Amino acid sequence: MTSAAIRFQDVTVAYDRHPALHHLTGSFDPGSLTAIAGPNGAGKSTLLRALMGELAPVTGRIERGGLALRDLGYLPQAAAIERGFPITVADTVILGGWRRIGSFRGVTRALRRRAAEALEAVGLEGFDARPVSALSAGQFQRVLFARLLVQDAPVIVLDEPFTAIDARTTRDLLDIVTRWHGEGRTVIAVLHDFDQVRAHFPQTLLLARDLIGWGPTRDTLTPANLRRARAMAEAWDESAAICDIPPETRS
Amino acid sequence: MSVYSLIFQPFAEYGFMRRALVASVCLGIGAGPVGVLLMLRRMSLVGDAMSHAVLPGAAIGFLIAGNLSLLAMGLGGLVAGLSVALLAGLVSRTTTLREDASFASFYLTSLALGVLIVSLRGSNIDLLHILFGTILAIDAQALVLVGTISSVTLVLLALVYRPLVAECFDPGFLRAVGGRGSLYHGLFLFLVVLNLVAGFQALGTLMAVGLMMLPAAIAQLWARSLPAMFAIATGAAALSGFVGLLLSYHLRFASGPTIILTASALYAVSLLTCPSGVLRRLLKRPHLAG
Repeated sequence: MTSAAIRFQDVTVAYDRHPALHHLTGSFDPGSLTAIAGPNGAGKSTLLRALMGELAPVTGRIERGGLALRDLGYLPQAAAIERGFPITVADTVILGGWRRIGSFRGVTRALRRRAAEALEAVGLEGFDARPVSALSAGQFQRVLFARLLVQDAPVIVLDEPFTAIDARTTRDLLDIVTRWHGEGRTVIAVLHDFDQVRAHFPQTLLLARDLIGWGPTRDTLTPANLRRARAMAEAWDESAAICDIPPETRS
Repeated sequence: MSVYSLIFQPFAEYGFMRRALVASVCLGIGAGPVGVLLMLRRMSLVGDAMSHAVLPGAAIGFLIAGNLSLLAMGLGGLVAGLSVALLAGLVSRTTTLREDASFASFYLTSLALGVLIVSLRGSNIDLLHILFGTILAIDAQALVLVGTISSVTLVLLALVYRPLVAECFDPGFLRAVGGRGSLYHGLFLFLVVLNLVAGFQALGTLMAVGLMMLPAAIAQLWARSLPAMFAIATGAAALSGFVGLLLSYHLRFASGPTIILTASALYAVSLLTCPSGVLRRLLKRPHLAG
């Protein structure tokens, strides 16, 4: 479905000049299914937020393979969603059709049907008229996946989609991720559970602020790589010197 | 005392009572839905701050046009309120101050500035009128202004309903799909200021926000869908106006505070009787099988 790869070229993203993501170079191939793994503070979410244009890199470039930001379906980690807002499940899922209906165009019957199908696909048929405030955390995550289904984006970006989600829901939603992969979409997901990554994600990007490994999961999640990732100091070095890596020299 | 003389005669006999009633119903129609959205956006206190921010503009209008000209004061209030909203938004985006913090500092400045300006020329009575309103003194011209504002509010809300809901429910999503959230946020703040200007004609700068937030709180206690909340807020505001005016007429109370206190009483009753209220908890009903 995607035309070109999403390419990171020597990307550094910093908070207060301290890098959270350090000189990252590499690319997500079209149609690839990649897990991003690494310890806390490794820059995983930072990478996604930079990809989504929410953070500007201090060095380097991100090429999105000719896609606009709005072509990327994004599920942020614990999104700033107002769970108590009086909106129904069906209306939430229909919002996934924003690219087609925008602010003012009417909701078509086709879109309504798509939303109903998406709800069915995530196992929530019959929940249309429920207010989202009445849903459990797992059910709500299913609704957000249904919205992604309606969004029909060629690239899907998930930030810890299964954190604090029950095993059954995780299994169902992983099936949807696999289905997206089968449809040729590019899927990028930040995950914590290495077993999950090994079982479902052919590609892995292992991050510890610096890139530790990026490639087939088997070659990336090696004991040596994981040891290197764990060795990353979580705290900033307050007296760190200025980074002297010249641009474009690291791969 | 007959029902007629209790409920209808005041409005049938006195034009100022009729105009006051129409004004408070119009206020409810506009400010009710705006208040509901304000509360759902967790911006209740921003509404309060904005109502103070209107004051210096109204005061300048008063200085220029004098004689408590409602149009000049309304216009001045609109400009001042919008400036504070824009400045506060700018500050919260360019510094680490959150929006409510920057609103707080701006509205305190505005309040002091407004009182200072009025005291330059007006008397204490003028100041009281501006701060607490004169709903019984509303003339036809002011009524047209209030009616126009509530009509414009309803039309604009209908137009931007979807992006407003999306921005309020999940701002990150709207940003990601390329919706222009900040545009609608700005438009919404414009509506807040507009309705506060309408309310300030009737209830004064300090209490204008009362007919916005109290009905919104009542609506949140009773309804679970947004359209129902709008309807209940509007109804509660109109009812507060009607009952409040009658009470103030018969008991010779000041009308503005009586209207707001009627809304407060409705709120108190709702707290007790609403589905999540105290009474329902005392009167336990058996749970369902599935």
